[in-house]
Amino acid sequence: MSKKLETAHAGTLESSDAFVRVIPVDAKGIEIELESSVEEIYGDAIRARVLETATAMSVEGVKIIVQDKGALDYVIKARVQTAILRALGEAEPDWSVL
Amino acid sequence: MKDLHQQFNTQELTPINAPFFTCKEKKKGEDRRAKLCESIEESIKRSGLQDGMTISFHHAFRGGDLLINNVMNVIAKMGFKNLTLASSSLASVNDPVIEHIKNGVVTQIYTSGLRSKLGEAISKGLMEKPVQIHSHGGRVHLIQSGELKIDVAFLGVPVCDAFGNANGYSGRSKCGSLGYAMIDAQHAEYVIVLTESLEEYPNVPASLHQDQVDAVVLVDEVGDPSKIGAGETRMTTNPKELLLASHTAKLIEHSGLFKEGFSIQTGTGGASLATTVFLSEKMEEKGIHASFGLGGITGTMVYMLKRGLIKTLLDVQSFDEFAAKSLGENKNHIEISANEYANPSSKGAAIKQLDIVVLSALEVDLDFNVNVITGSKGFLRGASGGHSDTAAEAKLSIIVAPLTRGRLPTVTKRVNTIVTPGSTVDVVITDQGIAVNPKNVELKARLKKAGLQIVEMQELYDRAIALCGEPAEIKYADKVVAVIRYRDGSIIDVVRQLA
Repeated sequence: MSKKLETAHAGTLESSDAFVRVIPVDAKGIEIELESSVEEIYGDAIRARVLETATAMSVEGVKIIVQDKGALDYVIKARVQTAILRALGEAEPDWSVL
Repeated sequence: MKDLHQQFNTQELTPINAPFFTCKEKKKGEDRRAKLCESIEESIKRSGLQDGMTISFHHAFRGGDLLINNVMNVIAKMGFKNLTLASSSLASVNDPVIEHIKNGVVTQIYTSGLRSKLGEAISKGLMEKPVQIHSHGGRVHLIQSGELKIDVAFLGVPVCDAFGNANGYSGRSKCGSLGYAMIDAQHAEYVIVLTESLEEYPNVPASLHQDQVDAVVLVDEVGDPSKIGAGETRMTTNPKELLLASHTAKLIEHSGLFKEGFSIQTGTGGASLATTVFLSEKMEEKGIHASFGLGGITGTMVYMLKRGLIKTLLDVQSFDEFAAKSLGENKNHIEISANEYANPSSKGAAIKQLDIVVLSALEVDLDFNVNVITGSKGFLRGASGGHSDTAAEAKLSIIVAPLTRGRLPTVTKRVNTIVTPGSTVDVVITDQGIAVNPKNVELKARLKKAGLQIVEMQELYDRAIALCGEPAEIKYADKVVAVIRYRDGSIIDVVRQLA
């Protein structure tokens, strides 16, 4: 199931937070671009979490740009979820898939 | 004369013929300003500096140091190559050293600390020879044992007279104690003092003495006073740091050492400063006084001295302008050399009289080993300082650190780099629990009884990983970029190049 997306964002560039942008692209799938202050030791973990979160929400044809300032895992997940919801123009998530 | 020699057995001595006969003809007055050099360049020419020699500096101006970069530029312009740079430490302000390494002016470094871009560049393999990282006490040991032989010392000071009597507690760019410079003045082959102002002779009491100094140069500025103690003096409002400080003060109170005449050393940083404030309250409440405060001295320690809570401050390095000023004003604020402070082979290092030391950490591991030199990503970005010296000698060594910094866990399975061995660490205080080294059975029971939140190190580790996730291993290449020397000169660890 793939829905129509708008460009949207969530989060901040404050320390321990992440700024997440969701941009619709023509390609299929989910493209992730990560810039992180902890890339060397948590880069792969963050990419995996972003992909898992986006996949659970059934979005496709998106580029997700994450500027991470050392956010903990649950913060990244929440920011990605919020950015996707905003991109979908939805106020409430489908709690059952989260 | 023959009889005299036979009678006193003094064949090797020269009998007097006339007053001053063996001396050069006495020139009255003319040579009294002979040590003064017109420029840094002239002083270097006089010193006889050659390629391959070792030059040294002290780091009392810290982030406000202007001297190391200025002198290094002159040395580079004069065409010297292959020098060993032996500054007692290097700060962020010393990043221009990178160029001198690239140009072959500097090919070897001895230092306590490496930070900023210089630390990063060296971690990426900038130098052929690994940097030798030493502690403050260990540096004196390396010098006295002959490994580190200083040919020319360049010692910046705010005030000096033309004969070489210098101090750090007066003038414009006050750095306070010259405790590290004293060692270079004592041991270097040739000693150049670079001063911001020339005082009338004799400029006493002096910290660097006329009989140690070969040349004196008047320079425009040696330091930026606004940056010498920058970042160290502010009282923290960070709730995590305040929590750590209150835990630390409570732990000291119940350590069994908190009694009349105890002694203490604290470092810089928010939690350390706040600890002294909380501890002061407890001391006033219970009417307890400390016999001495040691080490890097801060304004809060001076405040305790002035209120009579501490009787004496032994100051090897003044961390802020209040401490620097106090050194010249309070007769119980005493300047000590790095040899009197922490050298393990000294006849008397003050740390051997120390009860409690409060230290920080970048990382602590399950075996209580502490890393204060490399960051979580493996870059050189800290300083050994007096960490391993004080931890080894104080009756109670307390490490204070937040459990996590952002997403970076402070408690790890194994620290990236060991600077201070876990066997010398007694307690680790985090914002989410306190771990006591298992060897301290009695202390652990005492602290538990006092109601402190005592946990196992493994629990702290598990908690940190639950929050941050399991960190990926840092990828290193084979090449060693820094050797960590323990205080007795032995090698305790190495830092490898980042892959």
